[in-house]
Amino acid sequence: MTLTTESLKKIEREVAKYPADQKQSAVMSALRITQQEKGWLSNDTIQFVADYLGMPRIAAYEVATFYNMYHTQPLGKYKLMICTNLPCRLTWQHDIAAYLQNKLGIGFGETTEDGKYTLIEGECMGACGDAPVMIVNAHRMCSFMTPEKVDQLLSELEQP
Amino acid sequence: MGVTNMLHIEIDGKQIDVAEGSTVMDAADTLGIYIPRFCYHKKLSVAANCRMCLVDVEKAGKPLPACATPVTDGMKVATKSEKAIRAQKGVMEFLLINHPLDCPICDQGGECQLQDLAVGYGGSSSRYTEVKRVVVNKNLGSLIATDMTRCIHCTRCVRFGQEIGGVMELGQAARGEHSEIMPFISQTVDSELSGNMIDLCPVGALTSKPFRYTARTWELSRRASISPHDSLGANLSVHTMQERVMRVLPRDNEAVNECWLADRDRFSYEAMNSDQRLTTPMIKQDGLWRATDWQTALEYVAHGLADIKAKHGADAIGMLATPHSTLEELYLLQKLARGLECGNIDHRLRQSDFSADAVQRGAPWLGQSIEALAQSDAVLVIGSTLRKDHPLLAHRLRQAVKRGAKLNLINPVDDDLLCRVAHKAIVAPSVMVNTLAQVLKSAAQEKNIELGIVYRDALAHVTPNAAAQAMAQSLAAGQRIAIVLGNMAQHHPQAATLHSLALELARVLGARFGFLGEAANSVGAYIAGAWPRGSGMNAAQMLATPRQAYVLLNVEAELDSYDAQQALAAMMSAQMVVVLSAFKHLAADYADVMLPIAPFTETSGTFINTEGRVQSFNAVVKPRGETRPAWKVLRVLGNLLQLPGFDYNSTEQVRQELLASGETDVPGMLDNVLKEAVLTDVSVKVNGIERIGEVPIYQLDAIVRRAPSLQVTQDAQNPRAWVNAALLHQLGVSEGEAILLKQGAGQAHLAVACDDRLPDNCVRVAAAHPMTANLGGLFGAISVERA
Amino acid sequence: MTEKVILNTLDYPEPGTLANYERTGGYQALKKILAEKITSEAIITEVKASGLRGRGGAGFPTGLKWSFIPRHFKGVKYIVCNSDEGEPGTFKDRDILRYNPHSVIEGMLIAGYTLDAQTGYNYIHGEIWREYELFEQALDDARAAGLLGKNILGSDFSFELYAHHGFGAYICGEETALLESIEGKKGQPRFKPPFPASFGLYGRPTVINNTETFANIPYIVRNGGQKFLELGKPNNGGTKLFSVSGPVNKPGNYEVPLGLPFTELLQMAGGMREGRKLKAVIPGGSSVPLLPAEIMMQCTMDYDSLAKAGSMLGAGSVILIDDSVCMVRALERLSYFYFEESCGQCTPCREGAGWLYRVVQRIERGQGRPEDLDLLIDVSKNIGGRTICGLGDAAATPVQSFIQHFRSEFEHHIEHKRCVDGCH
Ligand SMILES: Cc1cc2nc3c(=O)[nH]c(=O)nc-3n(C[C@H](O)[C@H](O)[C@H](O)COP(=O)(O)O)c2cc1C
Ligand code: SF4
Ligand code: FES
Repeated sequence: MTLTTESLKKIEREVAKYPADQKQSAVMSALRITQQEKGWLSNDTIQFVADYLGMPRIAAYEVATFYNMYHTQPLGKYKLMICTNLPCRLTWQHDIAAYLQNKLGIGFGETTEDGKYTLIEGECMGACGDAPVMIVNAHRMCSFMTPEKVDQLLSELEQP
Repeated sequence: MGVTNMLHIEIDGKQIDVAEGSTVMDAADTLGIYIPRFCYHKKLSVAANCRMCLVDVEKAGKPLPACATPVTDGMKVATKSEKAIRAQKGVMEFLLINHPLDCPICDQGGECQLQDLAVGYGGSSSRYTEVKRVVVNKNLGSLIATDMTRCIHCTRCVRFGQEIGGVMELGQAARGEHSEIMPFISQTVDSELSGNMIDLCPVGALTSKPFRYTARTWELSRRASISPHDSLGANLSVHTMQERVMRVLPRDNEAVNECWLADRDRFSYEAMNSDQRLTTPMIKQDGLWRATDWQTALEYVAHGLADIKAKHGADAIGMLATPHSTLEELYLLQKLARGLECGNIDHRLRQSDFSADAVQRGAPWLGQSIEALAQSDAVLVIGSTLRKDHPLLAHRLRQAVKRGAKLNLINPVDDDLLCRVAHKAIVAPSVMVNTLAQVLKSAAQEKNIELGIVYRDALAHVTPNAAAQAMAQSLAAGQRIAIVLGNMAQHHPQAATLHSLALELARVLGARFGFLGEAANSVGAYIAGAWPRGSGMNAAQMLATPRQAYVLLNVEAELDSYDAQQALAAMMSAQMVVVLSAFKHLAADYADVMLPIAPFTETSGTFINTEGRVQSFNAVVKPRGETRPAWKVLRVLGNLLQLPGFDYNSTEQVRQELLASGETDVPGMLDNVLKEAVLTDVSVKVNGIERIGEVPIYQLDAIVRRAPSLQVTQDAQNPRAWVNAALLHQLGVSEGEAILLKQGAGQAHLAVACDDRLPDNCVRVAAAHPMTANLGGLFGAISVERA
Repeated sequence: MTEKVILNTLDYPEPGTLANYERTGGYQALKKILAEKITSEAIITEVKASGLRGRGGAGFPTGLKWSFIPRHFKGVKYIVCNSDEGEPGTFKDRDILRYNPHSVIEGMLIAGYTLDAQTGYNYIHGEIWREYELFEQALDDARAAGLLGKNILGSDFSFELYAHHGFGAYICGEETALLESIEGKKGQPRFKPPFPASFGLYGRPTVINNTETFANIPYIVRNGGQKFLELGKPNNGGTKLFSVSGPVNKPGNYEVPLGLPFTELLQMAGGMREGRKLKAVIPGGSSVPLLPAEIMMQCTMDYDSLAKAGSMLGAGSVILIDDSVCMVRALERLSYFYFEESCGQCTPCREGAGWLYRVVQRIERGQGRPEDLDLLIDVSKNIGGRTICGLGDAAATPVQSFIQHFRSEFEHHIEHKRCVDGCH
C-alpha cells in the first residue's frame, strides 16, 4: 500500500492540528483522504492509516465502520448519496431517488454493471432547506435537484 | 494526600459511609446489596453501557446507573423500588430480544449472568416478534471460541484488551444494532492474557475453545490449586469431572494474580490429559523399553545408585530437578542425595554463572511483595522478556506505568511491553554488564554517594554515556524504586556480576532489589536445599564433567539446561539415567528407568512464589494410571537405600520437617545480599556474533510444552533466527531463508527473520525447543552462515 | 425589519469574507477586550445578562456553562464548537459557516480569552465539505490578519483554532461523542458526570457550544448583554435562526427575535405551498415532540412558549407537515433514522430503536396489530431516560408524540392496512 505524496501531505497537515501525542485525532481525515485517493477503504488501507498514526488497527477499523461516509467495500466510481430523510422528503416535488434508480437501473446499495455509479441512501445532510439534496463522492453537494439537473450531473460525470 | 471525605448514603434503608469518589455500586457492594450488572467489572473502567444496574435515586428524575453514579452526601437509593425494577426489567427485555435463547446448547449455560438474571427479571414470553439478529462468528485462534450472536455488547472484552492486556485486539465495529465485537479482519487474539476475556464475557459469546462442549458447568467439581509455571504462583480453581481436569480458572487473590490468569496458567492443563503422559514405570533392557511394576523399577534404581556409589563414589551421581517441582519433592531429592553422601544436587539448570554461590546468604527472591513492586514509581528491569516470562507481573508493571511509574530497561531484546518505557538500553548480552555499570556509576554521581571500594576499582574505566545518565536520573527521581533481574540476567554468563552491580545500584538509590523468579518454585528450591550449598557440584559442573548416574526430577535435560548440547552429551555418556517424569520424552534415548510421577494436579505439595509466599495445594484428581506422587517415590527410594528419616506419611510432614514453624520461617531464609561483591570484567569486549537464547513462553516446562492448544498459538511458532537488518545484510540472506547456526559441535537450521531493534552482531535463537536442542549455551558465541 | 445578529453579512455580496464581517462590526469585540483588558468575570457577566441559551438544542444558559470552567486552573483547556448539525430539519449552522464564519471564530476567540484556553476546534458536519473548506479559508484569513495564532493583535493572548471534519454520524452532534470523535475514536457518548467542563477533550476542561451560540457572542460583548436580551424576550434573549423546511414557498433560514408568533414565521417563509394545508409541525428538529397545527398556530417561537405547548424549541428547526402526508410513513422514516444512527453502546437505544422502527414499519406495510400502539408507547418509555445520551429520548419522542396526536391515523393503518384517504 502506498499513497501519493499529495495525500500524505494532506494527512500531515491534519496531524499538525492536534497535540503531538494525539496523532490518532487525525484518523478521520486520514481515512477520508485515503478513501478519496483509493475510492474505498480496503483492509490494507485501514492498516496503513492505523500504523501511520500509531494506533491499534482495530481502532482504525472501528472508525472506518462507524461513520457512514466511509466505504469498506469497493463501490462504483461515483457514489451518489441521496438524502431521503423526512424534511427533505416533505419538500420533494421530484423524487430524485426514484428517478435515479430508474435511470441507472439500480436500487440503493447497488452499483451499475459498468462499475460507474453506486446509489446510497443518505441521512440528513444538514441542508434540508435546499431539498432535494444529494452528495457525489462524499465531497460535492448538489442542491435543489430536479430530473433535469440530475441528467446534467450524469452527463458531466460521463465526461472522461 | 489529604484526608478523604466520607459521604453518607442510604441504600434500601441501610446506612453506610463511603469515601468521596465511590459510586453507588461500590457502596451497595460493600453493603452486600446486589445490583444486577453486565458491563461493570471492578477491574475495568466504567462503561455504563448495559444499563442493567439502573436504580432509583431520590430526587433524580430518571433511574440512574449505579455503576457510574457517584455518591453524594445524604443520597438515598432504592434498588428494588417499583421504578428501579421497572427500569431493570425494561433493560433485560431489550437484552433478550436479540439474544438467542439457546441456553441448552450454550457452553456458558449454568454460569451465565444473563441466564441467571433473566430468570429474575425477564418476562415469561417475549413481546418481540420481529426477526432476530444473527452475527457471524470470528476465528480468534486456538483458545477462544466465539458465538457472537450471543454478545450483549458490554464491551468488557474490548476494555480488557485496552486496559489490562495492554493491546487492543478486539473492538466494536460498525454501530447501532449492527455493531459487532471483532478483531481487525481475520486477525487472531494473541495476547498472552487472552483467556481472561472468556471469564469476563458475561454470556456465552466468548468461551474456552479447549473446554468447549466437554462438560456442563454443573457437573464440575471445583478445587483450589496453584499454578506450576512462572514464579507468580497464580491461584487456580481447577475444575474436574470424573478424575479428569476439565478446565482451569483463576481464583481471586488480590495480592498475587488478582482475578487474572495468564493463558499459560489457564490452558496448560490439557497436557495432563494428553497421550504423552507416562503412566507406567519403564525399564530399558537390551535397548528395549519394558513396562514394569513399581517394586521392580524402584529396586532397580536403588541397586543401580548403590552400585555406582560403591564403584565410583557418591560423587559420581548427579541429581537434577526443575524448580517447577514442589518444595517437598525437592527437599526429599536433596535429602536422598545427601543421604547418599552426594552433594551434587541442583535445580538451576539454566544458570551458567554460579560464582555467587560462595557468597550467597539466603534464597534469592523478589526482594519485596508483588504489590510493593506494583506500587513502584521507578523500575529497572534487567534482562527479561517480561511479558513472556512473567505475563502477570508485566501487567502489574504496565498498571504502574499507567499511574506514572517510569520503567527502565537493560535488555538484549526490545519486545513491545505494551506500555511506555522511559529509558532503555538494548545491548548485546555481553554488553549488559558494562551498561549496568554505567548506570551505577552515573547514579552514584547523581546521588552524590560513594561507591563501595571494590566497585570503585572495578568501575574505574567505565564512563557513563548520555543514555545511562538519563536512566540513572530517571531512577533517582523515584520515591519507590525497584530493581529486578529477569530470567535472562539470571542465565547470563556474568550473572553474579550483574547481581552485584544491581545490588550496589539499589544501595545507592535506596531501591528495593530482587529477582523475578523463573519458576513456580525457584525460591522454594533454594529453601528446600536443592542446590550444592558450596559443597558438591552445581548443575553446570555436573553436566560439564559427566557423572556416571543422573537422577532427573521433572527434567528434560536437553530442553531445561543452559547448554542443551552439553546436557545431552552428559546424559548419553552416563551409565544410568533415572527419569522421574509425568510425561514420556526424549529421555527414552538416554534413560534407563522412567518413573511416572504425578503432575501438580495429582499430588499435594507446596510452591513458594517469588515474593516468598508459601502456597500449599492438594491433588485435584487421582494420579493417572500407575502414576505416583514423586514425594512417595522418593520416600520409597530412601527406604530401599536404607537411608534414615524417610518415613513420611504426607507432604505436610515433609514440609513440617523443613519449615518447623511453618511459613513464618521463610522470610528469614530469603536474602539477596551477597557477603561480598563478585565482579568480573565490566569492560566491553568484542566477541563476534553472540546468541541471545531465550526460553519461549510455551516452552518453559514439561507441562506447557505438551498443551496442544497453546502449542498452536502465535507465541508457540517454531523458533527462528532473529537478526537485525545489518546482520541480515552482512549474511547476504533474505528473510525466511534457512540459515545454519553452529555452537560447539552442534548445529541447527532455522529460518532467518529480521528484527531491527536487536543489537548488532546478535542472533536471537530460542532454546528449550527440539529444533535448537543441538545448540550450546543460551548466551555466548555462535556462528551463523548461509545454509 | 428587526436587527440581525448573525445573518447581517447577507447584506453584502460574498457575505462570508473577513472584510464584510468587519463591516458589520466584526472583531470589534475582540479588539475591545484586548485593548481594555476586560476581565473574564466581566465577560461572563455580560453573557449571563444576555439571556443567551445554547442554540444546539438543549437551551442551556451559556453564561452559566462558561462559569463552570475552572478558570484559574492553569493547565490546557479547550474550546470546541459544535457544527455537526445532523438533526433532521436543522440547517442553520451551515448557513452561518457560509455567510458568517468569522462570527464563529470571534465567538470562539472570546471564549478562549475568557476561559484562558489556548486551542479550539470546530467540528463540522461530514456532509458539508464546501463549508468546511470555507471555514478553513476563514481561519487562514483570520490568521493572516493576526486575529488567530500567537500574540493576537500584539497582545499576550494566543489562541489556535482548527476545523475537524466529521464523516457521517448524527451522534457526533452529542457533545461527548463529538469529543471522542475529535480524539480519533468512534463517536460514542461518554457517561456524564464528569461533564466536559471538568473532563472534556483529551481529558481537559472544555467548553462546547453550538455554532450559533458562538456566533452571538461578539454582538453581546460589543453591545452589552442587555441589548441582546432585548432583541428577544425575558429568559429568551436575542434573535434565533429558524430553519424552515417542508412544503412552504420559501424554505430556508430566518433570523428573527425570539418570541415571534409562529404565524409570522410561516408568513416569512412564504406560507404553505398552494393547495397544502398545514397538519402538524415539529418545531425544533426531529427529536422534539410534534404539535398539531391548531396548537402550533397559537405558539410564539421561543423556549418557554413551545415548552408550555408540550414541545421544545430545540435547535429551531421547524419541520412543516401538510395534510397529504401519512403520519405512519413519516414516523417510519424518523424511526429508521434513529435506528440507523444509534451508536450502539447502550442497550435500550441499540436494541429498542430497531424494535420501534420494525413495528412502525410493520404497521406502515399493513401488518400492524391492534396491540402494537401500546407496545410502541411502552417500548419507547423503556428507552427514554434510560440511556447514556439523549439519542434514546430522541428516538422515543417522535413515537410518543405522533401516536399521541394522530392515533386515529395509526389505528386506521392497522385496521385497513393502508393510509387514510388523501395521504401517502
Ligand atoms: C443525539 C444528540 C444530537 C445532538 N446534535 C447536536 C448538533 O448537531 N449540534 C449541536 O450544536 N448540538 C447537538 N446536541 C446537543 C449537544 O450535546 C450540546 O448540548 C450542545 O452542543 C451544547 O451547545 P449549546 O449549549 O451552545 O447548545 C445533540 C445532542 C444529542 C443528545
Ligand atoms: S442513547 Fe444511543 S446513541 Fe446515545 S449512547 Fe446510548 S446507544 Fe449511543
Ligand atoms: S453495570 Fe452499570 S450500566 Fe452496566
